Amino acid sequence: MTGNYLLQGVTITTGEVRDVVIESGLIVDKASTGTSHEVMDCSGLVVLPGFVDLHTHLREPGFEQSETVASGSRSAAAGGYTAIHAMANTFPVADTAGVVEQVARLGEDAGLVFVQPIGAVTVGLKGEQLAELGAMAQSKARVRIFSDDGNCVHDPALMRRALEYVKAFDGVVAQHAQEPRLTVNAQMNEGALATKLGLGGWPKVAEEAIIARDLMLTELTGSRLHVCHVSTAGSVELIRQAKARGINVSAEVTPHHLLLTEDLASGYDPVYKVNPPLRSTADVEALREGLIDGTIDVIATDHAPHPKESKDTDWASAAFGMVGLETAYSVAQQVLIDSGKSNFERLGAVMSSNAAAISGLAQQGKYLSAGSAANLTLVDPKDSWDPKPQTLSMSENNPFTGLKMQGRVRHTIYNGQFSYRDLSIMQRAGS
Amino acid sequence: MRHLLSAADLDKDQAIKLLDLAEDMSDVNDREIKKLPTLRGKTVVNLFFEDSTRTRISFELAAKRLSADVINFAAKGSSVSKGESLKDTAQTLEAMGADVIVLRHSSSGSAHRLAHTDWVGSAIVNAGDGSHEHPTQALLDAMTIRQGAIKHPRGKDLTGIKVLIVGDLSHSRVARSNLILLTTLGAEVHVCGPATLAPASLVSSGRVHFLLDDAIKLVNPDVVMMLRVQQERMSDSFFPTEREYARIWGLNKSRLARIGENTQILHPGPMNRGLEIDAASADSKNSMVLNQVRNGVAVRMAVLLTLLSGEAS
Ligand SMILES: [Zn+2]
Ligand SMILES: [Zn+2]
Repeated sequence: MTGNYLLQGVTITTGEVRDVVIESGLIVDKASTGTSHEVMDCSGLVVLPGFVDLHTHLREPGFEQSETVASGSRSAAAGGYTAIHAMANTFPVADTAGVVEQVARLGEDAGLVFVQPIGAVTVGLKGEQLAELGAMAQSKARVRIFSDDGNCVHDPALMRRALEYVKAFDGVVAQHAQEPRLTVNAQMNEGALATKLGLGGWPKVAEEAIIARDLMLTELTGSRLHVCHVSTAGSVELIRQAKARGINVSAEVTPHHLLLTEDLASGYDPVYKVNPPLRSTADVEALREGLIDGTIDVIATDHAPHPKESKDTDWASAAFGMVGLETAYSVAQQVLIDSGKSNFERLGAVMSSNAAAISGLAQQGKYLSAGSAANLTLVDPKDSWDPKPQTLSMSENNPFTGLKMQGRVRHTIYNGQFSYRDLSIMQRAGS
Repeated sequence: MRHLLSAADLDKDQAIKLLDLAEDMSDVNDREIKKLPTLRGKTVVNLFFEDSTRTRISFELAAKRLSADVINFAAKGSSVSKGESLKDTAQTLEAMGADVIVLRHSSSGSAHRLAHTDWVGSAIVNAGDGSHEHPTQALLDAMTIRQGAIKHPRGKDLTGIKVLIVGDLSHSRVARSNLILLTTLGAEVHVCGPATLAPASLVSSGRVHFLLDDAIKLVNPDVVMMLRVQQERMSDSFFPTEREYARIWGLNKSRLARIGENTQILHPGPMNRGLEIDAASADSKNSMVLNQVRNGVAVRMAVLLTLLSGEAS
């Protein structure tokens, strides 16, 4: 059953301190008389729209030793998320209505966060022929975002077709921008450090060339493009110019690309191996600037769990990817708030409402508008903490381990219920 | 010195000490009984994930001349995934009593990783990791250059000596380690190769030449070090044909005539005769190739001795 809550003395994104009332799962303007509420002292906490992650690898079906929908949901709730988007590179690949519906159902069963499947653009992520995008869009999973993430839709004709085709369903193609021929054996950012370490370079142009091409195809087709995990200053500039020209593009940046740089590869510890790779300080600065000025729309985690044996190896043998659901907020706070360069309204937009709009999730990103489902995240901006490798994710490939973090999610309210309360995960009500 | 992972692990004094110790070891190798009892009871494991008979034999001989026990473990072609077998194999060998693991692996940083994880506690010698480094090769090259250029080499560095390294600078671990070590020792190091195989960060250092004829004229090197050309570079379009490579970057009779009379020619072996070096150059009196092989044993003795006896630490 859904409780009634009075969140007392909470700070909202404008800075105003007030009470927030939830009744029967919905936000209301004022507590109804005759209704009993659990009163919670929320002084010092900031309430934000429940976070929406556009880019989560949940690994189920197929790779349940790394993560399941249930374990990923727990990690997401602890990170303040009320909705996550499950990437399609599972086994089987989420390229049919059957698989996306299965993933959505697993999400409902876990019940801690709304799990919105992303559908593959091409059959088996192979980049050869379009998957049944219409069937996925019209399925119970109501897919709007299509992505071959992990692979780039590098064939320009196929990318053009995909962009054209999804227009019928108000869909969007989310591109993992990586020109494959320019990144053969790529292991880290191309440059002096890669040369010194003897690791194959991942040149920035391999990302930027695909983005430039896709922006032109998007303009040509009048469709909608989303650029996954933008990692270079040049990509930010391309997207900035495209937006100025009115091209319908959105872009995401990961917490790790906002915080970490390629120097971390120096010790050959594969916990820092990720695709696209960690870049230079200048790139990090450009990404932050793009996030603040609106060029980049969302922070998306690209949470990519891997079992220990995939990282406890030499660099080249190790898998690409990092976990990130539980540290994303702290990174966002550091970049937007603690830097003094932005504000909580922008933070709410990049962590929640922009992603909800891109994916067309009606129940998410609504914040405090009366009558909407209560999907809220309460954070303590003053709490400083040290992330541990172990999180609620099943995997420990956590590159934020050992860093001092400021600001932490305290409670998460999903559909009017606490999924995470006082730093503890809640079991689903009734289960 | 706990491990030898990179030429950068050595400062100038350490490098000179190692080279001097290698000279002592070289004297042992010239004796009737080429054996010292120093490392009796110690175990040296050659853990080779990549074929390299020459390097393996050189380490093996070095260890045996110091009376250590030697285990050779060729892990190439194992069905286990590369990474898993690095950790597991190293742990297995350590459990058998390895004091030193000499590692050759196709993955850059693997020796560093073995030394910096809690996988094993043995001393690690990097015998070539991917396209990263091959520090004992650089030491044997430095020893060869020093002997060839300086009459009484003990205690000396390489100040004033001009070295030209020619070939695939992007992928060569020999080039990387030599660039570091020879520079540490005071040599003036220039490099030359196709622009496709010269990383931008190197080019910006200013001592890169794209054409061998220009390089010979401009640098007037005391040492020319030819790198081995890997076949796959051609198929990946780094250069068009063997013929063109040989024509522009190969050391041949005509270029041999243009380098100084006393210029040393080095090659890490095995040579592709007719590609990066022709027979006339390979067999000329300038060729130091066999000295390099001889010095390889001495240098590796010095390294094992230093790691296991705590000398020169
Ligand atoms: Zn991706
Ligand atoms: Zn991803």
